[in-house]
Amino acid sequence: MSVQRQRADRVNQVKGNPRVFTYVVLILCCVYFLLPVWWLVVASTKTNGGLFNGAHGSMWFDSTFALWDNLRQLGTYQDGIYWRWILNSFMYALVGGLASTVVSVMAGYGFAKYRFRGKRLYFNIVLGALMIPATALVIPTFLLMSRVNMTDTYWAVLLPLLLNPFGVYLMRVYCSESLPDEMIEAARVDGAGEFRTFLTVSLPIMTPAITTVLLLSVVGAWNNFFLPSVVLTNPNLFPITVGLSQWQVRSSAGSASEQIWNLLTSGAFVSVIPMLLAFIFLQRYWVGGLTAGSVKA
Amino acid sequence: MTQMKQQRARRATIGREHLWGWVFTGPFAVVFVVFLVVPLGYAFYMSLFSYTQVFGERFTGLANYVRILGDAAFRDGMLLVVMYTVVMVPLQLGLALALALMLDSFKKRFAAISRIVIFLPYAIPAVIGALMWGFMYSKMMGPFTSVFQLFGLSAPEFLSSNGIFGALVNVVTWQWTGYYMVILYSALQSIPSELYESARIDGANEFRIARSIKVPMVSGSLIMCTIFSLIGTLQFFTEPTILRNQAPSVIPSEYTPNMYAQALAFGYNQTNYSATVSFSLGLIVVLFSVAFMRLTHRSSGLGD
Repeated sequence: MSVQRQRADRVNQVKGNPRVFTYVVLILCCVYFLLPVWWLVVASTKTNGGLFNGAHGSMWFDSTFALWDNLRQLGTYQDGIYWRWILNSFMYALVGGLASTVVSVMAGYGFAKYRFRGKRLYFNIVLGALMIPATALVIPTFLLMSRVNMTDTYWAVLLPLLLNPFGVYLMRVYCSESLPDEMIEAARVDGAGEFRTFLTVSLPIMTPAITTVLLLSVVGAWNNFFLPSVVLTNPNLFPITVGLSQWQVRSSAGSASEQIWNLLTSGAFVSVIPMLLAFIFLQRYWVGGLTAGSVKA
Repeated sequence: MTQMKQQRARRATIGREHLWGWVFTGPFAVVFVVFLVVPLGYAFYMSLFSYTQVFGERFTGLANYVRILGDAAFRDGMLLVVMYTVVMVPLQLGLALALALMLDSFKKRFAAISRIVIFLPYAIPAVIGALMWGFMYSKMMGPFTSVFQLFGLSAPEFLSSNGIFGALVNVVTWQWTGYYMVILYSALQSIPSELYESARIDGANEFRIARSIKVPMVSGSLIMCTIFSLIGTLQFFTEPTILRNQAPSVIPSEYTPNMYAQALAFGYNQTNYSATVSFSLGLIVVLFSVAFMRLTHRSSGLGD
């Protein structure tokens, strides 16, 4: 961080005044990237009718502020299934993300620090797997799961999340570059077993990369849509993404009484808050970890 | 004494290293086999069978692959995602690179804030990103109708057969540009600044430095991002699926190959053919990625 700061100061010294052009471009970009988010913030405070004919247009608050009423409705509509979806999403993201990180970290460490028979071929296959589009596996996974009667369970969503070849790749690169063999060797000489060495010596050094892999897998699991929409039919198991898309279908196609646009907008708004917060507070881990993957190239 | 101990320890470890290597990578191997190898194998196996009312399920060899070669729906879907790729990948990465270069040379507090804002959409699920843009595009709920009215114009029809391509390109660009920007920005940050110093002494301006030093130095990351973006776009699914709920007449159920596979499995109950479509899509994407890596003739960073 301080190195960055030093460099920043040096660059500023050399360059002097910021250019107007850069300012204009960045301001325009910020407006563009915030535009739909602002729309959502405003829309979440409107009534169903207000969304269509609000007093101050679609980009500003209506004369009636209905956010609290919308939240109350979210708690009662269909017996408050909305909050169940949110909890499901949390569960899928945390359990799935954590488990997938454990598997990836162990594998990356194993690839980086042990020589074993078949390793070369095995790792090349993992690299090849990075090219296989995840969604091309969705229908095949679904077909397989229906054969063993596993669809419509929490497992059907959780278990496929364990597969994270990119996480393995990131961990391997990081371990090879930042974890000295001498440290592991020293721990062995001191009589520590392989697992103890891994837990007490290696893991602390791997923390930055682990954080990144964890964040990437948690966000991946949180955003998951295609697979759960295929393997789940029981609304009680839906993550929020599938739930909201069902509400969208209901509102677009249903009769007037089924039009719940206000719940859709306020529900979408509430659901993005946790991740946005996590994201802003964990900023530096993103940047740091993503470098680990790209620096090598 | 220590040396002997060390040697003995080393010999013992080498003996057990094979075992421990597999202990650590074993769980991943299991996951890999169960959730990648087996589903793909099963999909391929299923694609060799066909189901008809008269004969039930029976072995038909490569008949499904013959069918897919002449299947206009699959061909059109594939051509469409290739078109999306040709437009979206350069657009996203060009924008991401330009922004990363700007932020890298513009170290003000404002730059740090912009970086967060541009990266922000990554924290929003694609489903909700598509939902929001769908609302924005809507004539009744979006801002564009009134904005264009100010100038006495009528808003473009985003959700029409002419507008949908651009509308989807916009959703994806909004969602992913920041992610690639952050990867490229990180790569730029790791370039030693001494390289710029000497170039500046030689009289190079900022633009020249960006073109001759920065871009070549991050080309590895750029290629990695391109491959991710390529793979992501070819499997286009979430955004068109969500916008389809709003504009079912503009986006058919077989709009992209992944949507086609889903429609076949659920809408039409043709699981065998659906497996064929999934398997073929996977194969085509792998071929595209390999071709791209060959084309760039460079290490993508995904090497050993």
